[in-house]
Amino acid sequence: MSQLALIEKFTEKARAVSTEVQVVDTIEAAYDYAVTICRDKAACQILSSGCEFPLSDPAEELCGLKQWERLMAAPDLGEDAISALTPRCGDAGIGLIDRGLHAYTGGIDVGLTTATAGIADTGSLVLNCTSEDLRLATMISEVHIAILRAADIYPDTDALASLLSESLSARPGYTAFITGPSRTADIERVLSLGVHGPLALHVLILKEDT
Amino acid sequence: MQTADTLNAYRKELREALENKFQKTALDNFAVAYREGRAKNFAGIDRAELIRQIASAKDAAMGQMDELYARFKQAAEAAGATVHLADSDSAANAIIARIAEENACQKIVKAKSMTAEETLLNHFLENKGYEVIETDLGEWIIQLRKEGPSHMVMPAIHLSRNEVSRLFTEVTGKSQDTDIEQLVKVARRELRQRFVQADMGISGANFAIAETGTLGLVTNEGNARLVTTLPRVHVALVGLDKLMPSLHEALQILKGLPRNATGQAMTSYVTWITGATPSAAAPDGQKQMHIVFLDNGRSALARDPVFSEALRCVRCGACANVCPIYRMVGGQTYGHIYIGAIGLILTYFFHGKNRDKNLVQNCLNCQACKDVCVAGIDLPRLIKEVHTLIQEDGRKPVLNALAVPVIKNRRLFHGLLRTGRYAQAPVTGGAPYMRHLPHALVKEHAFKALPALSKKPFRDRWNPAPHSPPHPEYRVALFSGCLQDFVYPEQLEAGLRLFTGKNIRIDFPYAQGCCGLPLYMLGERAAAAEVAEYNISHMDPAEYDFILTFCASCASHMRENYPFLLKTASGRRVKAAQFAQKIIDFSSFADFLLDASDAGRPEKPIKAAYHAPCHLCRGIGVTEAPRKLLQNAGYDYVPHGEEETCCGLGGTYSFKFPEISAEILNKKLAAVSATGAEILATDCPGCVMQLRGGAAKQNLSLRVLHVAEALADARKSFGRF
Repeated sequence: MSQLALIEKFTEKARAVSTEVQVVDTIEAAYDYAVTICRDKAACQILSSGCEFPLSDPAEELCGLKQWERLMAAPDLGEDAISALTPRCGDAGIGLIDRGLHAYTGGIDVGLTTATAGIADTGSLVLNCTSEDLRLATMISEVHIAILRAADIYPDTDALASLLSESLSARPGYTAFITGPSRTADIERVLSLGVHGPLALHVLILKEDT
Repeated sequence: MQTADTLNAYRKELREALENKFQKTALDNFAVAYREGRAKNFAGIDRAELIRQIASAKDAAMGQMDELYARFKQAAEAAGATVHLADSDSAANAIIARIAEENACQKIVKAKSMTAEETLLNHFLENKGYEVIETDLGEWIIQLRKEGPSHMVMPAIHLSRNEVSRLFTEVTGKSQDTDIEQLVKVARRELRQRFVQADMGISGANFAIAETGTLGLVTNEGNARLVTTLPRVHVALVGLDKLMPSLHEALQILKGLPRNATGQAMTSYVTWITGATPSAAAPDGQKQMHIVFLDNGRSALARDPVFSEALRCVRCGACANVCPIYRMVGGQTYGHIYIGAIGLILTYFFHGKNRDKNLVQNCLNCQACKDVCVAGIDLPRLIKEVHTLIQEDGRKPVLNALAVPVIKNRRLFHGLLRTGRYAQAPVTGGAPYMRHLPHALVKEHAFKALPALSKKPFRDRWNPAPHSPPHPEYRVALFSGCLQDFVYPEQLEAGLRLFTGKNIRIDFPYAQGCCGLPLYMLGERAAAAEVAEYNISHMDPAEYDFILTFCASCASHMRENYPFLLKTASGRRVKAAQFAQKIIDFSSFADFLLDASDAGRPEKPIKAAYHAPCHLCRGIGVTEAPRKLLQNAGYDYVPHGEEETCCGLGGTYSFKFPEISAEILNKKLAAVSATGAEILATDCPGCVMQLRGGAAKQNLSLRVLHVAEALADARKSFGRF
């Protein structure tokens, strides 16, 4: 399957499970995208999702723990990325963190990560996230934005087998397949997004080489 | 959670469940949506091949369970986890409590785990003073309501948004809306603080990969990731049946599990955890990870020649999704802890015969579960086998004591059926239905009219002359089955008229008896095996090209179950396999033998609907022949959505559970009526009895016919065949 076909298949399958998919040409475009999403996210409300509703007192208390108006976590992108993101976040009035996410369980607006691989067949991301900070960025952020290099898209899990075997052999290791945002249909089989994890998942396919 | 002590108490609960209008509508919508979505879910996948792969991967893993456990333990411990093995449910609970105590844990969050439901882990920990919070939305809801799950994948499917809203109002102390989106967000925040405060997270696992010591978790909500990440201690409770040699087998199962469970190609999250990862909540920055494997009979099950198949289950819940009984009564009455068809089997082994003795009887043997199972488990057979074990253990019901000696003895049985014709005279008044049923039966069985015994059984009417050509191309043995011999001989005669003049020889071996299915349905395996042996010895498959029966249930039982019932009888089992190979149903045979002389479309075509007998469409996989025959006969065949749903008879089932049988029948008749059909054709005299009886009781102007009768009619009306 050609890279273009893989991108198309991935996009089709990911969109079918409520993932937003964009192709970007440069890593800078990806940073701009993330900052824009964070800045414009629910422009009229700054509360974490669910905090606007009547909650028990302890749950209310945790809502109150959110320290920034806007917060972005980018734990695994490396120093260059942080240097590039810092002024962008600063201009947009967004707090930026790259470690210690455990202290922000009250809510993070955007988690920006890099995917290890993509699975075109199911529109899934593969993330090696043995680092707890990276894992939390994909779990407690309300919007998860993942950068996926086009060259890392594989047709299906069979094609990924050797890479996955390697991931699983890491001691310790924590690998996730992520397919769309967190979802439930536990009440009357009505689909609701964002029950525990992200309310939205964006995948930025980085197509630098062509 | 089903706990009734007696069958009567159980039936009372079932009647109450049938009264639950919300649940019935919810499950009905689900059953239809699931059925419609299924074909799409497996588009582009060779489902039969996938099932074969999953079954063989699971079977192979079972055969090396001890070795896989040892390898898993070695690999996981090398990655920093501690692996425990618990022989029993109480041992597993005790290990987990000890881990909590040793690590000074007080607050525990849990991800959904059927294995933890199996061991009643929450109750155990709560009794020891721990706070345990379920974090899967559905599980949290039923935990707050102090209920058990009513579905393995959607544990709160029996509840409405109003009930959830009232519950959340109580829990938060704030008045809650009934908007589902909003209720989900409230749960998100209420549970988020529980994750943050928790010292320990407990999860299950869908896979335990021996090669790398990795756990695989398949989830949608994301709570399992939080449970395994935020608290400083992670305990996974895993059945030994989840052990797989390598990632390869897990990925094979993963192709089938979400598709069969929820219609997803992949769930939102599939998580692979190898060993103890870093943890900011731990004082030393290192998570404590414990994996507790649960045996609880699994290693013995794995070695059982018949029941090991039950361990193939991947817990997708699909056997409940397609079960016509589950659709009517829901999981609170259709399972103890494990729900659906697999629950009827596992309950016996994990929770005991007293919890299963009533449940196991609540099966129509309609094969819908077997057909949907992604691991290829012959669920209906295992249910019968468990039923047999329970019968052998305890005091048998009166029905068994009465039925077994009679059905086993062909002469006695047929003699009684002959005398029965005279005895029934006062209740039929000469009509083809029983007018006045014995008083005790009237109330519950009044939903259908029962047929009267025929004046003269088929065996006394049989005339071999027209079916004895001098040089026949094929030799056919006719197996009539009891219902057509003694109640509906006209069905056989209608079909045989169509075959007159063909160059085939048809014998009717007089010594034939009941096929034995009713005995197997009563949990009387030994008696069923005796009857199978009897029939085979009186109808030697070597002498025939076909063994023809007009009864789909007899056909399916003789083809599928005879070889199984006689599999340990040396020599006989060869005959049983040959016998099974030669079984053919009426429609397949008619399709093979009859030419449809195409006389164009009749001027006034008659609308005909079809009911696919479970034992024909799923039992022996015949789906096209009868529909094609009806169309070739000149009928205007009108399809409907419930064609392949059971009619609700299930042999003796409808006598044991008349209320459910009636509900299933009503649903079927409503779907048929909506097509405007004048004729409802089917391939099984049992289905004819149920459907005709229901149509008569409801005064529907619907003629219920055996396909043979419908074709014979068409020959008269349209001049076909």
